[in-house]
Formats: sequence, C-alpha cells, structure tokens
Amino acid sequence: MSMKIGHAPYKERVQEGVENDFMRQAVASAQGRFRDGRQKQADELGNWEDWRQLGSEIRTHTLENIDYYLQMLSDNVSKRGGKVFFAQTAEEANEYVQNVIKKKNAKKVVKSKSMVTEEIGLNEALQEAGADVVESDLGEWILQLDEDPPSHIVTPALHKNKEQIRETFAQKRGYDKSDSPEELALFAREQLRQDFLSADVGITGCNFAVAESGAITFVTNEGNARMVTSLPDTQISVMGMERLVPTWEELDVLTSLLTRAAVGQKLTSYVTSITGTRLEGETDGPEEYHLVIVDNGRSKILGTEFQEALHCIRCAACINVCPVYRQVGGHAYGSIYPGPIGAVLSPLLGGYEEHKELPYASSLCGACNEVCPVKIPLHEQLIRHRQIIVEEKGMAPKAEKLAMKGFAAWASSPAAYKMSAAAARTALKPWSKDENITNGPGPLKGWTESRDFPAPAKQSFRSWFKERQKGGVAK
Amino acid sequence: MKVSLFITCLCDIMSSNVGKDTVEILERVGCEVDFPELQTCCGQPAYNSGYLQESKKAMKQMMKAFKDSEYVVGPSGSCVGMLREYPEVFKGDPEWEEEAKKLANKSYEITQFLVDVLGIVDVGSTFKGKVTYHPSCHMTRILGIKEQPIELLKNVQGVDFVELPIKEDCCGFGGTFAVKNSVISGEMVEEKSRHVTETEAEYLVGGDMGCLLNIGGKMQREGKNVKVAHITEILNHQS
Repeated sequence: MSMKIGHAPYKERVQEGVENDFMRQAVASAQGRFRDGRQKQADELGNWEDWRQLGSEIRTHTLENIDYYLQMLSDNVSKRGGKVFFAQTAEEANEYVQNVIKKKNAKKVVKSKSMVTEEIGLNEALQEAGADVVESDLGEWILQLDEDPPSHIVTPALHKNKEQIRETFAQKRGYDKSDSPEELALFAREQLRQDFLSADVGITGCNFAVAESGAITFVTNEGNARMVTSLPDTQISVMGMERLVPTWEELDVLTSLLTRAAVGQKLTSYVTSITGTRLEGETDGPEEYHLVIVDNGRSKILGTEFQEALHCIRCAACINVCPVYRQVGGHAYGSIYPGPIGAVLSPLLGGYEEHKELPYASSLCGACNEVCPVKIPLHEQLIRHRQIIVEEKGMAPKAEKLAMKGFAAWASSPAAYKMSAAAARTALKPWSKDENITNGPGPLKGWTESRDFPAPAKQSFRSWFKERQKGGVAK
Repeated sequence: MKVSLFITCLCDIMSSNVGKDTVEILERVGCEVDFPELQTCCGQPAYNSGYLQESKKAMKQMMKAFKDSEYVVGPSGSCVGMLREYPEVFKGDPEWEEEAKKLANKSYEITQFLVDVLGIVDVGSTFKGKVTYHPSCHMTRILGIKEQPIELLKNVQGVDFVELPIKEDCCGFGGTFAVKNSVISGEMVEEKSRHVTETEAEYLVGGDMGCLLNIGGKMQREGKNVKVAHITEILNHQS
C-alpha cells in the first residue's frame, strides 16, 4: 500500500461511499462526538484563539528553520546512541528498514499507528523482507485483519461498526463471542499481548520529535506505543521530516492542541517519549535505535505557497467537521490522507495526476479553516490547487474551460449581461414547467437529478428597478 | 445615507423579489438606494473553480460599477464575501489593488449593514409563522456574521423561531460544486432537508439565494411542505 488507495475512478469511489449506509451512519455519529468534544475542550480552555495563534507561530517558526532543527534533532538522537537516516524517497526509507530487519534476522515486527508508514507502504516492504508485521493500534489491527485501508488519519477504522468488527474477528481469528466493544477489545488485547512478547523489532511513527533532546513522542489512548517501545530490543521510529518541535515547551503547546482538536481530550491516556538506546549505566532502553526521517516530497513544498500544509499535526479536526467527508467517507478520496487536509496534501505529495479530483471535493464551506489548531489556510489552498489544475496543468475539462471563457465575456460586458438576464427565462422555457425545472440541460443535469431548479424570475431585478425609477411601478 | 445595491447575479435573474425587498427595507430605514447598472457578477463562480484570469475580468467590472458608491450593500453573504476577497486577489497589482481595497471596505451584507452600520436590530416588520434559519457558510465563516440575522429575525413580530440542528453544516450548494460534484452535493442537501423537517418549521430562512435554491429545490422534489424565504422577505413583510 502507498498513498493512493484502490484503483476505482473517483466517481465510482464517491458512488460507493454514498451507497454505504453503515459507513455513513458510523461517520456521522463519530463526527458528532469529535465535534462536540473538540468544542467543549476549546471552550474550557477559554482563550482557544490565542492557543491556535501560538500553535501556528510555532509551526511557522519550526518550518522556517527546519534545516537547523533537523540537524539538532539528528545530533541529539546520535548522542543518545541512535542511528539517524534521512530518506529522500519512500523507497529509500523502506530499504533502510528492510536492511535493519534482515540484519537482525527479525521474524516478527510490532508497530504502533503511523500514517507516514502507510504513506510509504512500509508494511508491504517488511513482508517482502520476510517479516510478519502486526499493527498494534486497535483500529489498525482490525483493518490489517480485514485487509482494508484506513479511512481516517486518527481513527482509521471509523468506517466500521461493531458488528462488522465481530465478523472480521470471527472469520480471521476464530472469535466466538458477542459484538460488545469490551469483549472485542479484550480479545484484541489477548491476541496482541502474544505478539508484543514475541516481536523482534518494534516500529513506531512519531507525533512530535523534540529537537533539543532527540526525544520521539507519541500520543495514544491504548498504551500500545508503550508496549511497542518497551519490549523489543530493536526499535525503529519513522517520521515525516516536518514533525518536529524545537523544545519540550513547544511540545507542551502542540500536544495540548493536538489531543484537544483530535479527540476532545485534554490529554490522551498515554504520552510516551523515547530517547535513543540504553546507554552505559542506564537500566532500560533498547539495544538498537533507528530514526528514519522521511522527505518523500516534503522538501519540495518548503518555500512554496503550500508550505503551511506542512504545519499539519495530523489531528483530523478538519476531517471531523467536513460535510463532504461526512457523506462519502475516507476511502472515496483514494488517498490515505482524506478530508480537507488530504485534498491539499495528496496532490502535493502524490502528484496532481493521481489526485486531481480531490481539490474539488469540497464545497468551500470553510469549516476546516475554522477548526484547524495550527491555522492552515486549507480553504485558500484548495482554491489555489484548482487554479494550478486549470491554469498550469491544463487538466480542466474542455467544456468547462469554454463555459468559463463565456462567463468572463458575459460578466465583463454589462450589455451582454443585461441581455441574458432578460432572456434567461425564455431560454430555459423548454425545460420549465409550473415555474420549475425537474430535468435540466447541460450543467443543470446533475443538479436536477436530485432536486428541482426554479425557472428564472418573470422580470429581472434591473428591469424592475428601471421601470420603478421611471415612475410608479408597484411591487 | 446613500447606498448602492449590489443585487448579485443570482437574485437579479432568478429571484428578483429579493432585490425588491432589499430596496424597500433600506428605504424604510432612511437610505437612499441607487442601482449602478454596470454591475454584473462578483466573479465567484470562476474564482472558486480555479479560473483566476476569467474571474478577474468580472471583478474589474464590479470595481468600475461601484467606483463612486459610498456604501455597497447586497443580499448575500457569499457574494459580498467575494468582494471582500478582492484585495487578496489583486495584491501587488498597481492598477487595481487600491480599487479592490476601496470596494472591499465599503461592502456589506444586508443584515450586517442594518445591525453593524446603522445600528438597527428591529426593522418593524411582522411575519406570522414558525421559522428556522440556515446560516450560510460564507456569511458566517468568511464575513463572520453570526448574530446579526438571528437578532433581526427574532425581533420580527409574530416569528416563532426554532433552531436548526447541525445548522453549521454546508447545504451542499458550493456554486459549481453542486454541478461538478452533484452526487455529493445531493447527499448533503438531503441531510440538510432532513434537519429542516425535524424542526417542524413552516419556513426555512437564509441569507444566500444559492443555498436557498438548493435546499428549496430539494424539499420541493421531496414534496415537503416547507417554504423557503430569503431573510429580506421576512424583514420586509407586514401583517
């Protein structure tokens, strides 16, 4: 698996999404919980806007000085006995991890949840290297059993309900109990415990790397990252190159923003930081620690008008308020990064060719901008993507280009505009019945498949106003 | 006070009554209303679709049309929101940047103008019925107008106001979004229509004709007996 998920064309993916009632119910109810939770935490904190501003400034500063902080991070991880590898591409990152696995002759790898490893397709690479990979985040574990990609960046199995999960456990692991969440979770715990104990290597992602100390930090609610990092003797962390903070102080701010914005919690049940290997005189820590810092297209975004997209701390608040995501679910986006941030990031990281529909998968309602805890201008970046698709990539449909040329001519000529305003009603007459259009032509076709469109007014406003000025036209 | 009406192309052609109501409300509160005939469309359909060059042609036309206006007032949060974006669009353009700023600074959505500029929260109208209100996205999120329309509505005599569930969610209009992604848009408006029904309101009121055409068209297709009204219709209603 890599960034792109599935092979079906966009329209089919959307159709599949809207027809999946189970998924849509699950998404709507999860969105409800996340929205309420986030709002409650923001209100409770009081000066939420100041916090967002601070978050935004921290991210701006860090990205503006990313070379400096990456060097600092790398130096500090090395000082603590870790090996640091800068991977320019997904392939380089995978190859490095494969080599560690092979050298260790590792048979089993346990992982905690990580979007960047999904992005680079690390699991497939590990299997190629002959290792058995076990995802230990409950949602990821369910998906792994079911061979299903994530549909959300924080709660990856959001699209599944408990009945479906019971079914998966029964089919893949011989589970024979009820679909109560407690029983399901207990079963997963029992199964996973054996994997934790028998794993040769632990692989983690990274929520934030603290440059000043080389500490790689994870937030989880299940404690699985703590199990992954404390049991196997060989540890590997994989991080996107932008996921770092200068010092512990900024970690405090961004973690506070992340957990509140993501799941409406002041703090998750576990916040875990690990630093390098077991050094002389220390009682715990792994024998071997590797930090893989992944570029995979990120440095090309630096210094461009899209740099702020790299500010993302993967909280999914934008996904949770998105009314489009609500109707189609995550898989319809065809990228492991769905929702508004996915629609912005996917074309940047995975290319316009693969993801050209995504910037249009938004009604531009602006809900994403309102909640982003680090104030990424998602709304504006979606529009900017559209401009690039139209004006630089030349990927827009011909009919649309023609229509927009016509629009420009119409809207810059008051005479042409006036004429059309007077003629609109007549022009649409063949399709109008009782002041109503139920099966419209051209661009109205899609609209009128699910709703009516009114016939234009009998008299345009401007003509009414003119008559009124001439004297005495009643309303 | 002299006010130039920015009718918006949608109201001009599709829903001219909204324009008439807007003029009458403004006159009733003492404004002198003119209608600059050079105005066309704010350019948003092209701008939001990625056609920057095409949209600029429309925008320049609008700047010319309202050059001499003191205040520009329109019955749409979304279209006025577009005018307010002009300075960003023409940033660094020596010929147009100043004009863009001027137009943005004097443009107001009608409820915003009544409440924030004129300080009027009661326009002295009467309207009997159970009313719910859909806060359109650009009005609330781009212009930041949240309380003004509600305050005006609640002060209309006879209005029985009910809150719309999940009111902040987009209705699925989104301009060309409703055409380009008509399937998703259709699902969004279906959910919106469901929430309107839950309120048992007789009227769905909003401040943007695009959203209202969308929600109204859906409810009509579903055979629902809920009427759709632009907020100016309620504010200009007597008896």
